[in-house]
Amino acid sequence: MTQIPVIEAKHLDLTFQTNDGPVQALKDVNLQISKGDFVSFIGPSGCGKTTFLRCIAALEEPTGGSLTVNGLSPEEARKARAYGYVFQAAGLYPWRTIAGNIRLPLEIMGYSRAEQAEKVDKVLELVDLAGFGRKFPWQLSGGMQQRASIARALAFDADILLMDEPFGALDEIVRDHLNEELLKLWARTEKTIGFVTHSIPEAVYLSTKIVVMSPRPGRITDVIESPLPKERPLDIRDSPEFLEIAHRVREGLRAGHAYD
Amino acid sequence: MKRVLIPVITVVAALMAFWYAACVPMNIKFALMTAERQGEVVSPEGMMTRRDMSAIVLAVKNPAQWDDTWVQDKPRLPAPHQVVSELWKSTMQVSPTSKRSLVFHGWITLSATLLGFVIGAGLGIVLAVGIVHSRAMDMSVMPWAIASQTIPILAIAPMIIVVLNSVGLQGLVPKAVISAYLSFFPVVVGMVKGLRSPSPMDLDLVKTWRATKAQSFWKLRLPASAPYLFASLKIGVASSLVGTIVGELPSGTGQGLGFRLLSGSYYGQTVQIWSALFATAILAACLVALIGAAERSVLKRMGLG
Repeated sequence: MTQIPVIEAKHLDLTFQTNDGPVQALKDVNLQISKGDFVSFIGPSGCGKTTFLRCIAALEEPTGGSLTVNGLSPEEARKARAYGYVFQAAGLYPWRTIAGNIRLPLEIMGYSRAEQAEKVDKVLELVDLAGFGRKFPWQLSGGMQQRASIARALAFDADILLMDEPFGALDEIVRDHLNEELLKLWARTEKTIGFVTHSIPEAVYLSTKIVVMSPRPGRITDVIESPLPKERPLDIRDSPEFLEIAHRVREGLRAGHAYD
Repeated sequence: MKRVLIPVITVVAALMAFWYAACVPMNIKFALMTAERQGEVVSPEGMMTRRDMSAIVLAVKNPAQWDDTWVQDKPRLPAPHQVVSELWKSTMQVSPTSKRSLVFHGWITLSATLLGFVIGAGLGIVLAVGIVHSRAMDMSVMPWAIASQTIPILAIAPMIIVVLNSVGLQGLVPKAVISAYLSFFPVVVGMVKGLRSPSPMDLDLVKTWRATKAQSFWKLRLPASAPYLFASLKIGVASSLVGTIVGELPSGTGQGLGFRLLSGSYYGQTVQIWSALFATAILAACLVALIGAAERSVLKRMGLG
């Protein structure tokens, strides 16, 4: 069975012009992401993992190579509202309730009031925040706020979910919990997920495909297809398979990192 | 409550004590002159001798005349109770339509202030929206807005009055124009800052939803600017009042708190000047408090309070 890739990058380059001269943020990036994949991008700061995600979202424009999202250019895909984006900070509007925040993209996209209410309820349920719709963001914990921002990205039924270190600012315990929740959510919704992270265990635990990147210039050094089953309890992290993949990711990171 | 009350009362009492004390040297020369004419013994004797002496030295040498420094008709510095009683007389004991009523003059000033404030705040908001959305406006309007505030208002106010008078506008409108001239600036500055307060991430987020410029304005920029807007409105309304007062000085219509200040100084009616000053200050405080109340209510409803 040949699958059409949801996201396909070929020889992708991106060079930023800065005051200190050009900086090559991405160099010759080649990657295929299939429907239903959970892909993590991992690497040290400056390796271009966030930049690559932003290219997919059409928030940055590549300077060379080709990139397609659902067979369209990223700009067309953005206009077709092909993806939901989750940032590191929850970025909820303080003047809107949780439900109001989740409703915001739906209002912008012109859904009817009844559809808005129905979709808001559905995603609140999905991220386990049912009953919190009328609270304001400051009344919720950091983890709950981030769940609300995930709900907001899911509200309009985009097939792709792009997440830029969504749990980076949260403590380890909350993070574990949200990782587990995210896997369940992924299993239920069958979305294609692109996930940027700094954490090796997080990347290995979540992904079907781990993309290891390295800086100066930002490039892919290894792509690991995870042999772990789709069903993953938290204690899978102590299994030999898990540790083996984690080891390979660490090796990849080390190889790509020039300690100069 | 008690924790707040005691410090507040202490501060007010200290200010009052300082004010009464200041009245003594300020008014002592006139008090000594009157006392000497009535045959009392003062030290030193003779107006010419005292003319060049320090008022503080005179005050120290003549404690018996201190009482007389607080009750003069035309003191250099009126005592607090004189100002309060003049305020009471000119608000409560004369008809509010009389030209001797501070309520009458206050209303004239207030109406021009409110009109000027509405024009100024409206203009400020419109300019800010333009500045945020158009680079050309950002570069062309902002420097002029800043330049406009470096011109002393006292210099430009008479010209505005004269120019508008020559096209048949007088009374309320010219004063409101001067008032708007002063109040639009803080609103522009605050509103520009407020409309630009959403972070790059907030702006990226609405971009991923393919929001139009109008949508990101109404749903993101405008609500985000609310706290900034209210802060500048408070400054703006106080500036508005100052603008109106300045506009009333040369207008020659014989109405308004500004006129009251001016006529008081023509006739040496210091008590009248001070009571008009206090009426102005009270009016300004009420206007700022009103905006503060609106701010609290709006921000609370927005969940920002």
